[in-house]
This record gives sequence, C-alpha cells and structure tokens, in this order.
Amino acid sequence: MGGEAPQRPSGAERRAAGALEAEILSILREADGPLSPGEVRRRLALRQHTGVQHTGVRDGGGPRGELSYSTVVTIVSRLHAKGLLARQRAGRGFTYTPFDEASLAARRMSQVLGSEHDHDAVLSRFVSGLSGRDARLLRELLASDPGPGNSGPGDGDPGHGGERG
Amino acid sequence: MWLLYLPLVIPALAGAAARPLAARLEPRHATWLLTTAAVALAACSMAALALLAAFAAAKAPFLAAVGDYSQQVMRRGDPISAAAGVAAALALTGAAVAVTVRFRSRARALAESYRRAAGLHAENGIVVMPGPAIEAYAVPGLPGRIVVSGRLLDCLDDRRRAALIAHEQAHLSSRHHLFTTVACLAAAANPLLLPVARAVDYTVERWADEHAATVTSDRRLVAQTIGQVALLAGPRRRRAAGVVLGIIGSRTPRVSVAWAGPVPRRVAALLTAPPRRQTILLAACTVIVLIAGVAALLAARDLHALLELAQGSR
Repeated sequence: MGGEAPQRPSGAERRAAGALEAEILSILREADGPLSPGEVRRRLALRQHTGVQHTGVRDGGGPRGELSYSTVVTIVSRLHAKGLLARQRAGRGFTYTPFDEASLAARRMSQVLGSEHDHDAVLSRFVSGLSGRDARLLRELLASDPGPGNSGPGDGDPGHGGERG
Repeated sequence: MWLLYLPLVIPALAGAAARPLAARLEPRHATWLLTTAAVALAACSMAALALLAAFAAAKAPFLAAVGDYSQQVMRRGDPISAAAGVAAALALTGAAVAVTVRFRSRARALAESYRRAAGLHAENGIVVMPGPAIEAYAVPGLPGRIVVSGRLLDCLDDRRRAALIAHEQAHLSSRHHLFTTVACLAAAANPLLLPVARAVDYTVERWADEHAATVTSDRRLVAQTIGQVALLAGPRRRRAAGVVLGIIGSRTPRVSVAWAGPVPRRVAALLTAPPRRQTILLAACTVIVLIAGVAALLAARDLHALLELAQGSR
C-alpha cells in the first residue's frame, strides 16, 4: 500500500481522484501506444515536475505530490472498469489504451439500448440468440450445403474465423 | 349477430397462419401483408368489442330514455347479453391501455435511438465498437447507423463483411423498425395477433437477407455469414423462449427447420431457391382480412338499424 495507511477519502480527496482520472486519461490519449501503470506514473510525475499545472491534482494529491504505484494501478483499473480503457495482458501485468470517442459512444449506446426490452427491439440485430438445438441444426445445415463456397461447420469457431480465399 | 364474433375469430386464424405464411411468401410481400393485416384485424377486433359493448348498453333503461328509443324493441331485437357486453367493455379498455403503454414505450425507444444515432460519428454510417462482444446491429435514425463490434469484423473476411453490412443497410433503408413497431402495437391491442408480430420480426430479417443476397449476388455467402456470426455469438439467454418442437435426430441427414428458431430458418431459406411471388396466396389472405372488416361494418349497420327501429316504435 505504498507505506501509507489507507484512509477514508475526504471530499477534497474524492474530487482529486476525479481530477487524477482525467489527467491519467489525457496522458494515455497523448501516448503513442499502450502504457503500463508504471509508465503512466512516470509520465504523471514528469508533468508535475515540469510545472504543468493541472486541475486540482496538486491541492488534493497529498503533500508528497507524487503518487504511489498502487494508486495509479487503482485508478487505471477503475477507468478500465468504467469502460474507458482497453487493457491488454503484458507479462505479469496489463497495459492500457483509451477508447476513442466514437467507439465509446457506440458502446454506451449499446448498453443503454440493450438494457430495456423495447429499446432492444428497436435495434435490428444481425442474429438473434441461438438455442442449443438451433446451433446443432445450423451446423448441420451449413455442413450439408454442397456448394463451392462452403467451408464447413468449423466455420463458427473463433479460432479459425472464416479466412477463406 | 354471429357477424360480430367474426372479427374476434379471424385474428386467431391469422395468428395460426402467420408463421407458415412468413415461410412461404416473398419476404417483402410477407412483411407488408402481415403488417397491414395485423393493423386491420386489430382495428376490426376493437371495433367489434366496441359494438358488443354498445349493443349490450343499448338495453339499459337509462340510455333508452336519453336516446329516446323503445327499450322493449331493443330488448327483443338485441341478442347480446349484459355479461358479454361487460366482458367486451373490459377487453376494450384493456386493449386501449395496452396499446397506449406499448406506444409510449416504443416511441421513447425510437426517440432514444434517433438521438443516439445522430450523436454517433460514423464513417459511411458504420461504427466499430470496441470490446469483446460479437455484435452487429442497425440503429434507426436520420440517418441510421450500423454498429459492428471490432472483434466480429476481425473474424469475417471481406465478402462476409459486405454481406453483413448489406443486410443491416437494408434494415435502415427500408425502415424495417416501423413495420415491427406497428405490428407490435397491433399485437398489444389483440394478443391473438402476437404470432403475427413475431412473424413480421422474422420477415424483415428475411427481407434484409434477400437484399444482401442481391447485393453480393451470392445467397450461399449470406447464409454462411449468418451461420458463422450466430455460432460465434453463441447461445443467448432468452426471455421465456417458446418450446421448440423440432423433430430432428442429432445424426439424421434430413433436418427439419420448420419449428426451429429464426436463424436456422433464415439460413435454410437462403440455401434454397429464391422465393417466388405468390399472387393467389396473397389475394386469399387479403380477402380473409377484408371479411373481418366487412363483418364489423355489417354489425355496425345492424346496430344502427335496430336503433332506428326502436326509435320508430316509440
């Protein structure tokens, strides 16, 4: 826990957490590729040392100014949980990339519209759900198709996703 | 007076016929026929309920006094019992409430969809969604958008991507959401029409499939794309799914899809010859719907005649 006992966040700290999230998000957006929490922390420290003043981070970030590694991990995980960051496994940890605005909007919409029956009904989905029997039937149908373009029932497996000539 | 019950019976007939019709008719014709039939039959059955209630109410002494007609003549000429009248009035109220509730809910969903579609920045109307989902759908709007998950696109080759996009574009350009919404409102008015609304949900999918087959000029390609995406997406929790009465052994070569879910039926339809125009079948269905309308009209005329008679013998 970075040598500090965790305390209940005061109002100021909570506000600072929001500002920190925004700052970390902007660091990830400016980066060329995925960043690990360690790299995020380094860039954050660099920003603060070069005197770039950012909203609210200073006044709430504690007397030390520099964040512990675990705090950065907590914040990026929270951003990931909020669906703002994509993460990839890299060695024993993760690296993070931000989603762009358009795709975030699409996902938010998907969540909102998918949550209610009528909202869901308005969307025209390419395929509706399959029952187990339907899936079996579908495989048989595709397998029994004698046509030249048929690439077999194994088509549906994610591993070999229909890369045909 | 049996005429009055005809508009209440024909929707049950339509409910039973909807699925076979959806399988046989050309999808565009089927969609138009089923949607207009649903609306017409819902209107006729509501009119019949209103007339039943009116016939029964006309026997009330209070109304006879207000309307200045003979209660005795009314009692003699009118075979509708008070119980039937009350039941009809209750059913009519229920139908009106159900339509209102469903209408508001759908309108809100469509407004939300239009608002969100306008906020989506898309290239050529297509938005690629991040995340692990296997999803593709059309969002109605002005203009509508197509949302496809990046992971799904990664799984498809170029030709299958084209088939998928063509399918979704057909939904948007032909405004399929309006057909499904209208059919669903009709089913809210008369639950016997629920199978018709479900059939419309299916025929718009078939319509979009046939459009994709025309665009890509390869029916088999569209069938395989649907199959691949459905199997990738995997099973989905379904809201109280109806019992599937499939009669297929797991190893029999001949498979029956007539009772399967929509996806195998769509694939099977694409693997056979393109559907043909079926003028006689279309005409027959139109006639049956018209009979319901005529029956409701005749019943209304009967009520009017009876009232005139009662007024005359006052």
